Amino acid sequence: MTNSNESNPAVKQRRLSFEIREGSLLTKILSPRLFLMLVGFIIFLGFWHLSVEVWRLPRFAQMPALRTVVAEILSPNPTYGISIFVGEYYQHILASCLRVFIAFALATILGVPMGLFLGWSTKFREYVFPVFEMLRPIPILAWVPLAIIMFTSLEAPVIFLAFLASFFVTALNTMLGVESIDESYFRAAKCLGAKDYQVFLNVVIPGATPFIFTGLQISIGVCWFSLVAAEMVSGQFGLGYIINTSYTNVRYPTIIIGMVTLGFFGYLTSAMVRAVGKRLMQWRMRELALSGN
Amino acid sequence: MIRSVQKFFFNRSSRRATIAIIVFLLFWETCSRSLGWFGFQVPWIGKIPAPSAVITAWIPLLTDSGYWTSWYLSGKRVFSGFLMAMILGIPFGLLLAINRTAYGIMFPTFEVLRPIPPLAWVPAAIIFWPTAEMSIAFVTFLGAFYTIVINVLGGAQSIDQRFFQAARSMGSSQWDIFKRIVLPATVPSIAVGASVGMGITWEVVVAAEMISGGGSDGGGKGGGLGFFIWDSYLGGSYQQIVVGMISIGIAGYLSSSLIRALGDHFSKWTRR
Amino acid sequence: MNESVKTSPNMGRGQISINDVVKIYDPEGAAVMAVDHCSLEIAAGEICMIVGPSGCGKTTLLNAIAGFHSINSGSITMDGQLLCGPGKPQATPGSDRIVVFQNGALFPWKNVLDNLMFGPVMAGKMGLKEIKEKAFSMMADAGLSGTENNFPGELSSGVRRRVEIVRALMNDPSVLLLDEPYRALDSLTKSVMHEALLDIYYKNKVTIFFITHDLQEALFLGNKVAIMTSRPCKPKKVLTVDIPYPRSYSVVTDQRFRNLMEETSELVHEEAKKSFAAGEREG
Repeated sequence: MTNSNESNPAVKQRRLSFEIREGSLLTKILSPRLFLMLVGFIIFLGFWHLSVEVWRLPRFAQMPALRTVVAEILSPNPTYGISIFVGEYYQHILASCLRVFIAFALATILGVPMGLFLGWSTKFREYVFPVFEMLRPIPILAWVPLAIIMFTSLEAPVIFLAFLASFFVTALNTMLGVESIDESYFRAAKCLGAKDYQVFLNVVIPGATPFIFTGLQISIGVCWFSLVAAEMVSGQFGLGYIINTSYTNVRYPTIIIGMVTLGFFGYLTSAMVRAVGKRLMQWRMRELALSGN
Repeated sequence: MIRSVQKFFFNRSSRRATIAIIVFLLFWETCSRSLGWFGFQVPWIGKIPAPSAVITAWIPLLTDSGYWTSWYLSGKRVFSGFLMAMILGIPFGLLLAINRTAYGIMFPTFEVLRPIPPLAWVPAAIIFWPTAEMSIAFVTFLGAFYTIVINVLGGAQSIDQRFFQAARSMGSSQWDIFKRIVLPATVPSIAVGASVGMGITWEVVVAAEMISGGGSDGGGKGGGLGFFIWDSYLGGSYQQIVVGMISIGIAGYLSSSLIRALGDHFSKWTRR
Repeated sequence: MNESVKTSPNMGRGQISINDVVKIYDPEGAAVMAVDHCSLEIAAGEICMIVGPSGCGKTTLLNAIAGFHSINSGSITMDGQLLCGPGKPQATPGSDRIVVFQNGALFPWKNVLDNLMFGPVMAGKMGLKEIKEKAFSMMADAGLSGTENNFPGELSSGVRRRVEIVRALMNDPSVLLLDEPYRALDSLTKSVMHEALLDIYYKNKVTIFFITHDLQEALFLGNKVAIMTSRPCKPKKVLTVDIPYPRSYSVVTDQRFRNLMEETSELVHEEAKKSFAAGEREG
């Protein structure tokens, strides 16, 4: 019995995206895609630099210059107190990241099962979904005062708000994921003798996974969004806090540093979620690869 | 009228929904009054004002013009920001979908800026724009803009290649292809993007109102429902906080439904 | 492969009686009759082909046997046991009647081996090792060796169909319910699939209930062919194809086969025209 797929005509040959071709590294550097990307960045940064320092457009008068920001972030002794050499910078990063981690983890642990049940059981959905949909439209920041009233500690309201936003998104997307599963799979499972709980484990959960992970990517974005907002309003430490206090203390370059750091970590965490999803859904990756994506 | 009420209660899912909401309200009321009724306070939920107190606080507000002005101000900000985002976002998204060069240049920068939460832009926006109103509008616009562009892109990119091939083989011009294939296919995605974008817009407006009206400044004159909530908190009238929250929830739900209805209408129209 | 298969009735399991079945759909209050007092007898071990225009209600019949839909009146029995009927409008889906779906329902998130093992593993009556061995031997029989670690998304549709049929057979069903399984395949692959199916049939002697709109497919595969009317459906004509098994594809050019085609294609065409005029959407 042969294990090699190449000799079995039944298996479509798939093109591996990382196949090495001749002179590939050079080809990649000169590839049009990378080139255009750099052009875009240069135009954006160039415009920023020019508008503040060279043309001195009136609207941009108070904006921190690109050079100032870069110098600031790289300086061992920053004028406004935050740079990659200052310990405090990392404290803030850690504070925000930790909060996001806790909030996101809680939201996933509670949201995914909630969504699965909402999609799976009509009874559960008819009772719970109306209440869920009543609470969902309330913007997360509108919960701030209530959160402050409810929780006595300083950390809890901030984490609660990020959790809430994330929870709604995750639960909703998971529910949609279950609803998106083709009826045939349920029927096939029943034909093959699966009992209800077996259908749940073997059809509902794997079938909803693609939607769940799309939801988780949106969810982590929303988590950061809410965290920053909460930190700006009522926090100590954290990237949102830096941005807010830098503004009130007229340390403008630090605002930009805060924003850039936020963007970076936001992107990083989102990519991590996507990577985990890809690992868990090998079957889908291979399917997509074969259809030429 | 009686008939439709009867029909409502015959429907099993409406019955269950009603029961669930009543149970929810009773649970809330009990927890909030737990200190007075049982002698010990339910943690966290116990501190929230009771639904009965909220309604008692709400009734006088219904005749207060200041309350409705808050609705108007928030609504105005939401719609202007949202409209701006649609006007700029849809063409931008379509451009990125159609033109490879434009995509190559602009999309990476767009993607790099996207993870920065719109609220993080607030201080930068305040520095940049002359009035507080414009900075709120800018931040609001940003929130919905990202969502709409991503959705339009996704919709345009998922158009089956065969439609293009069929059209070209029948001799359609570029403009024709755009008008008859790309646009109709992206309308549903625009509708979805608009719906989600509307929700995000409310988030941002409320946040911006709270931050620029509240925050460390305190006593700002921004107005709007977000400011109303913050003001109520500072003034110690906790029931009004909940009134404000529910008001925004209702406003958000109504605007999302409106957008969804419009989206459905246009989707049907393009399917002709 | 050379033993001929007796198709005498009442041998083995899977005898189905459809008695005067009526199914009315009620979408938005407009009653739509899909099946109209349909009666049909299927002997055990028989290959019964159901031919009819799209949307005529044949899938509804299959769904009723499988237990996915209820019926409004009449009854369906299998081997003497009531599947659905008075007092029990909907049958319970089970592994004695397994469906192979039109668009395929292999679980995309499980590889071929796990898909095949699914039924027996759920039933829990055999040990894992045993189930695995059975899976490998059935794969070898069906020419699927080597695909056990592939996911359905990586396989061609012809192979997927075969895997799905083997998945059903792993559970030793009395009846295989096939709902236009080869509809999406090109005619070259189809003829290969036909011979493969017959191969499986000779080895397993399971009753087959096969829905198709392809008359040639029906006459080649089946020994009982029921031509259904357009919606609401009932058998217009039931005939026996008395060409002995094993059948090879050369049979298609035989005079006997061509006579049968002539006899029946006029009937099928008639119903297809009615269906077209009524503007049936794809069923």
